[in-house]
Amino acid sequence: MPSLRDLRRRIRTVANTQKITKAMELVAASKLRRAQERMQNARPYADELTGVMAQLMGRASGREHPFLAVRPVTHRCLLVVTSDRGLVGGLNSNSVRLALRESSSGGVPTEVVTIGRRGRDTMRRMGRNLIADVSNYGDRPTLSTILPAISVAMERYEQGKCDQVDLIYARFISNGRQEATLQRLLPVEPPADATPAAADFEYEPDSAEVLDALLPRYVEAQVYRAVLENLASEQAARVMAMHNAAENAGEVIEGLTLTANKERQSSITTELMEVVSGSTALDEA
Amino acid sequence: MAKLNVELVTAEGRVLSQEADFVLAPGAAGDLGVLPHHIPLLTPLRTGEVMVRNDGVEEYLFVSGGFLEVLPDRVVILADAAERAEDIDQTRAEAARRAAEEALAEHAGDAMAAAKLERALYRLKVAEVRRRRRDRGSHPGTS
Repeated sequence: MPSLRDLRRRIRTVANTQKITKAMELVAASKLRRAQERMQNARPYADELTGVMAQLMGRASGREHPFLAVRPVTHRCLLVVTSDRGLVGGLNSNSVRLALRESSSGGVPTEVVTIGRRGRDTMRRMGRNLIADVSNYGDRPTLSTILPAISVAMERYEQGKCDQVDLIYARFISNGRQEATLQRLLPVEPPADATPAAADFEYEPDSAEVLDALLPRYVEAQVYRAVLENLASEQAARVMAMHNAAENAGEVIEGLTLTANKERQSSITTELMEVVSGSTALDEA
Repeated sequence: MAKLNVELVTAEGRVLSQEADFVLAPGAAGDLGVLPHHIPLLTPLRTGEVMVRNDGVEEYLFVSGGFLEVLPDRVVILADAAERAEDIDQTRAEAARRAAEEALAEHAGDAMAAAKLERALYRLKVAEVRRRRRDRGSHPGTS
């Protein structure tokens, strides 16, 4: 049985931890709101770009762009998006697990590009073939912050050093649900609603060159959107994790307080017994 | 009179959304002006300035690359980066220009530095145009 003093000390420690997790929950909740806003802000650009892409793909004329060419897959590349910081429950481990499973399936050599420190560290520890990384992107990443990672993946693909690039990130479904998701990045799959453009659409200088300029941006926009979404998922997962932690701390405090009170009562009882038996002994004498 | 619906969006968010009579943009094959009922057109953009005129009020913006999509009643600019003239921090643009010039002096022919310098120069120019117009507006007849 731990002593009363030890019990009181442990209650204080757990209470301090609870204060911290509660504070983290509140901070994450406010960051979540801003992350969701940023996700919304990025939508018009992605939508317009997809619309333009759909039009152009409908009239695939002339030479095929390398980003559209489907080749037999002998080398793969995974672009893994994770958070920079931990304390997010199973968010990062789910994405990393999916990445590890993908990279060891099919018997095809796989290269890994990471965005986010958590993924980078695990991939390195697991001895995966890490070829590029962008970490510490913060709460407000711009496209140019994460661009280096995307460029490396696109370059490898263009040089024929890998034949398929997949993107892995935590999809934001709701505040309570995030899901590790795999999405094909290269070769570019035409948007589902590819409608041929009106015949009188004009391209300057010509449609092939417009497509050349468009495709890399389309890929970049997809990755950027995934990073923003992952950021919202990160904050949502942290809110959940910290909420649970604060709740658990409350339960631990309750249990410890109960034990401490019992201990206090039994020590008082013992003392009383001693006083009473001491005075009876004196009376008898 | 027919108006154009102008939208300027970047990956980070919407920069501008308004009606206009006329839009001037730095197309890849040369600057181009767009009036309502223009033929549908799609072109990449160079680094430069975009001017949007509505009821005689001109708005200047800086864009560094992107796309211009023209529809009869709508102009969509998908910019890699964009700033409104009033948001451009002139000191920052000046510092960036100096840094780029220094980098250029050290590595002549460095494409990245050249692009940086180009962007900085255009930022300065857009800010300059805006300042001149503002001065002229507040002190009529002095410029």
